[in-house]
Amino acid sequence: MRDAFIDTATALLDDDPRTAVVLADISASSFAPAARQHPDRVLNVGIREQLMVGVAGGLALTGLRPIVHSYATFAVDRAYEQLKLDLDHQGVGAVVVSVGASYDGASMGRTHMSPGDVALLDTLSDWTVHVPGHPAEVPGLLRAAARHDERVYLRLSTQVNDLPRPAAGQLTVVHRGGADAPLVVAVGPMLHPVLHAITGLDVTVAYTHTPRPFDVVGLRELVGAATSAGAVPAVVLVEPYLAGTSSALLGAALGGVPHRSLALGVGRTDLRRYGEPADHARWHGLDPAGLRRSITEFLG
Amino acid sequence: MTTTTTAPGRTRRTSAQSPHSGLPAELGSLLRRLTGDEKHAPSAHSTLDVLWVLYDRVLRISPETAEDPERDRFLLSKGHGPAAYYAVLASKGFIPEHWLDDLAGPESRLGHHPDRVLVPGVEIGSGSLGHGLGLGVGIALGLRAQGLDLPRVYVLLGDAELDEGSNHEAIAYAGATGLARITAIVLDNRSASHGWPGGIASRFTVHGWSASTVDGRDHDAIETALTSHRPDRPHVVVAVVDPEE
Repeated sequence: MRDAFIDTATALLDDDPRTAVVLADISASSFAPAARQHPDRVLNVGIREQLMVGVAGGLALTGLRPIVHSYATFAVDRAYEQLKLDLDHQGVGAVVVSVGASYDGASMGRTHMSPGDVALLDTLSDWTVHVPGHPAEVPGLLRAAARHDERVYLRLSTQVNDLPRPAAGQLTVVHRGGADAPLVVAVGPMLHPVLHAITGLDVTVAYTHTPRPFDVVGLRELVGAATSAGAVPAVVLVEPYLAGTSSALLGAALGGVPHRSLALGVGRTDLRRYGEPADHARWHGLDPAGLRRSITEFLG
Repeated sequence: MTTTTTAPGRTRRTSAQSPHSGLPAELGSLLRRLTGDEKHAPSAHSTLDVLWVLYDRVLRISPETAEDPERDRFLLSKGHGPAAYYAVLASKGFIPEHWLDDLAGPESRLGHHPDRVLVPGVEIGSGSLGHGLGLGVGIALGLRAQGLDLPRVYVLLGDAELDEGSNHEAIAYAGATGLARITAIVLDNRSASHGWPGGIASRFTVHGWSASTVDGRDHDAIETALTSHRPDRPHVVVAVVDPEE
């Protein structure tokens, strides 16, 4: 996904004089050819993430379209007040593109993990959040984001699904269960383990790479069938960031509808463990076996 | 009062001058409208002379050019005590004077920290310290990338504001890259809790900035310092005023 991002951003720099890329050393070498072509619009400020986001706010104030890029934990967690004040409060936007999603950087430890990035952005206003599940979903999302001036977060991961689903900006049914089957919502790269986890279960699986704005209409439609069949619909959220990040939105979307829900995702505890992303997926119950265990227990 | 245009987009007013300060007498009455009968906030006093010199003699901005891409940008990073800023904006016609009568009221556009979305002529919303210089560097870079060579970016900070580390990210980067179109102004009323041993200017010059340190009440000296930037490096003006009482 990072390669798809760099290729697309480099092409955008060639095609659109509004595009600017702001870096804090991360991926600077990958953008070196683009920087030679566009030295005024590829800006590496060094290891200074507060300045990276502040500069993006300033660029946007002059009418450019900044793309900001670093590890999620540096671009979001560390520079949170700059996102809040230098973008939101100034009334301007940027495209923030992160790598190192959740435990992608497992071997580097907690300092390089950011399972709370989407939850932090949920405290701000009007952020669109893209969580692509496949590299081929990245170019279209980035190109669309570069065309306007709103605030966009593009969360890249090394975890990928088997197939790209670039049109899944809204909840898109990937596996259809019976009329009143429980609904499993898989965000981004969680689709792959979810599809392996539900083998033989009567559930409907819906996928999206764009959890913000949350597809409220699509969710209501998907649970509508179960409701009209007289059942209390069951919804399982499976998100690749902090468990429960979308629970409030789910609850609001189904405010008038009796329902049961289960929110799965990354736990809050600092595990103080290294290893591979697959190890952390297992420890957080987000591998196929762990997901199946949680889902079957919830459905009873 | 007469208004004469002295440069494109730059208006200069000649008005009744206060005999002591060089400030027009009307600023005093505008400040009283903001603060009622109470004693003015010391920080408002501290920035008044620098703000007046900027808007009266230096900045190429006027109410008519407040949205012009070619205008100079003034960023009040030190968003605390903005009464002097509002008084100058009213005096120069950016905002109606009657706005000054309801500072921070429930329907007021003027709060104790300025909001660019609410106040014409205000380039950034500020208040949390340490944001203006980074935004200013970004504006300078954005202007450069678009070939807008005329505008200059001025950022007003306080000496205590420099405690925030984010400023030093911007100071180091602007110096290292020779970002010549930015001028930082540090209003030094010695309010930083732990001081700046060795002086404030050295924090900038060590990174390649040019620097002028002046009496923050001397209008001619302030003007000279604000216009003595060099073509190859960013510039800082340290304006020294008496410490807060």
